[in-house]
Amino acid sequence: MTASELSQSAARQQAEQVVDEEEARRARREMWEQIGKWTLPAIVLFLALFAWDRVVVWNQIPHYILPGPGLVLETLIKDWPILSDALWVTLKITMMALSVAVIGGVGLAVLFTQSRFVEMSFYPFAVILQVTPVVSIAPLIFIYVDNRLAGLLLCAWIVAFFPILSNTTLGLNSTDHNLRDLYKIYGATRWQRLRYLQLPTALPYFLGGLRIAGGLSLIGAVVAEYVAGTGGIGSGLAFRILEAGYRLNIPRMFAALILIAVTGVVIFTLASLLSHLLLRKWHESALKRES
Amino acid sequence: MTGIAPIPPMGSRDKLLEMSAIDKVFNGNVVALRDMNLQVNQGDFISLLGPSGCGKSTALRLIAGLMRPTTGRILWEGGQTTGDLGVVFQEPTLMPWATVAQNVWLPFRLRGKSYNSVKDEVLEALRLVGLEKFGKSYPRELSGGMKMRVSIARALVTGPRLILMDEPFAALDEITRHKLNNDLLELRDKLKCTVIFVTHSVFESVFLSDRIVVMAARPGRVSAELTVNAPYPRGEDFRTSPEYAALCRETSEALHNAMNEHGQVPA
Ligand SMILES: Nc1ncnc2c1ncn2[C@@H]1O[C@H](COP(=O)(O)OP(=O)(O)OP(=O)(O)O)[C@@H](O)[C@H]1O
Ligand SMILES: [Mg+2]
Repeated sequence: MTASELSQSAARQQAEQVVDEEEARRARREMWEQIGKWTLPAIVLFLALFAWDRVVVWNQIPHYILPGPGLVLETLIKDWPILSDALWVTLKITMMALSVAVIGGVGLAVLFTQSRFVEMSFYPFAVILQVTPVVSIAPLIFIYVDNRLAGLLLCAWIVAFFPILSNTTLGLNSTDHNLRDLYKIYGATRWQRLRYLQLPTALPYFLGGLRIAGGLSLIGAVVAEYVAGTGGIGSGLAFRILEAGYRLNIPRMFAALILIAVTGVVIFTLASLLSHLLLRKWHESALKRES
Repeated sequence: MTGIAPIPPMGSRDKLLEMSAIDKVFNGNVVALRDMNLQVNQGDFISLLGPSGCGKSTALRLIAGLMRPTTGRILWEGGQTTGDLGVVFQEPTLMPWATVAQNVWLPFRLRGKSYNSVKDEVLEALRLVGLEKFGKSYPRELSGGMKMRVSIARALVTGPRLILMDEPFAALDEITRHKLNNDLLELRDKLKCTVIFVTHSVFESVFLSDRIVVMAARPGRVSAELTVNAPYPRGEDFRTSPEYAALCRETSEALHNAMNEHGQVPA
């Protein structure tokens, strides 16, 4: 009796020991993952820059073929007045296109969920608009739309709005069926159901779409500007890259390229941050990140 | 727990609603309910007991007005208004983005009442289910049993005339279920509400209800009705009494009969 009790408690202690070790290993691994998440990309980036620099210096590559990172940085600073203007133009178009994509995408999605028939009628057009490459529509747009800014905006919008539309539509239709019944039992109006049930349900889906659309609206803005070509007034980063290309000003091309890439990363990060802030209290996706 | 104005004995209760000659047919050939007649009286605790697919949920959905009977009528005494009903589903069915208090506020909110105007009712409902400290928590922070309590609080916050529960505790563990069964009876004693409770469990139906409606499948119909005359409040004494065991045996037999019946009745 006592012997079996003893062995039982011993086994239990042993079991605790084993679990502890496992937990400790897991905690250690998590710690390293946390550290690695930031340091590894930084180290790799630094090494890549270093290798780039060495390749240029050791092979004596002329700067009109491949400038070193130092020269690119120098150009970035030297040409900042021109580049910052261009960045501002591109950023403005991107942000405007994204805003219109959000308004249009969510608006259409809400319209779609109000009536199946509206969805059936118009969803195919949204798909057609999405699958047609923007470079192939853009020339037409610039023929029909006189205002250059409006044309650019339209192009960027076409690229960006679809993920928001399709994700939000999916979200609005993903409400829990028991909750839907409950709303019906309590005599909720269409507006109440939309406001209190469908929109909150759709929020995580929408934010997923926003993250994609943010990057796409930048791509749309840049591609549209390539197609629109030299416009003189209000020239964005794409125009500066083209212009620098004609003049064989390769360092400036690199500088502009880096600005575009950084802008894309910043947009994505901001969208992710927004998503985290809005969902962290209740949504599974945010919970996993916390722990 | 002694109620101040006790629920009258079963024979002398006022009628609350009546289902008469209800048929419900799905897709033109699935007979979910055939000729269901049921009178629900104020203060009744009715269990619908039966095998899977016998139309228990369908009966509740009909009473809740979520669907219309193919034939037959459901008549509420004095007419039905929204807010007459509270519903508890098998899953807690809470809105994950809203706090516990906001979830309980929902029935009022959908009737256009601001939180502040019904704060007392919401807090009282939470107190009744023992969650007064959790109003500001989010559903994900609660255990399965606690979520179910929130769901119950939401169902009774408006003081409805009838509470419908569709296997509310089926997904919970035995211990939590016993506790919630006890608490449910206490609540019912305090609030004098009428309950229709769907369950698969003979033990649960005997412990909780004063009327057990045994249903049979294919087609879904009422097979027998039993009365549980044991007085409330019922507690652990009742669960271990010979009377309880006898009632469970009787109910099991009725359920067994209902399940054997369906081979003889053409669907
Ligand atoms: N919306 C529906 N469309 C078609 N058939 C349905 C529908 N709802 C229920 N049924 C059918 O009606 C019958 C009764 O279903 P119901 O859900 O009421 O049974 P139940 O007694 O609640 O079963 P369970 O114990 O499994 O929940 C079943 O045969 C089911 O397949
Ligand atoms: Mg059911």
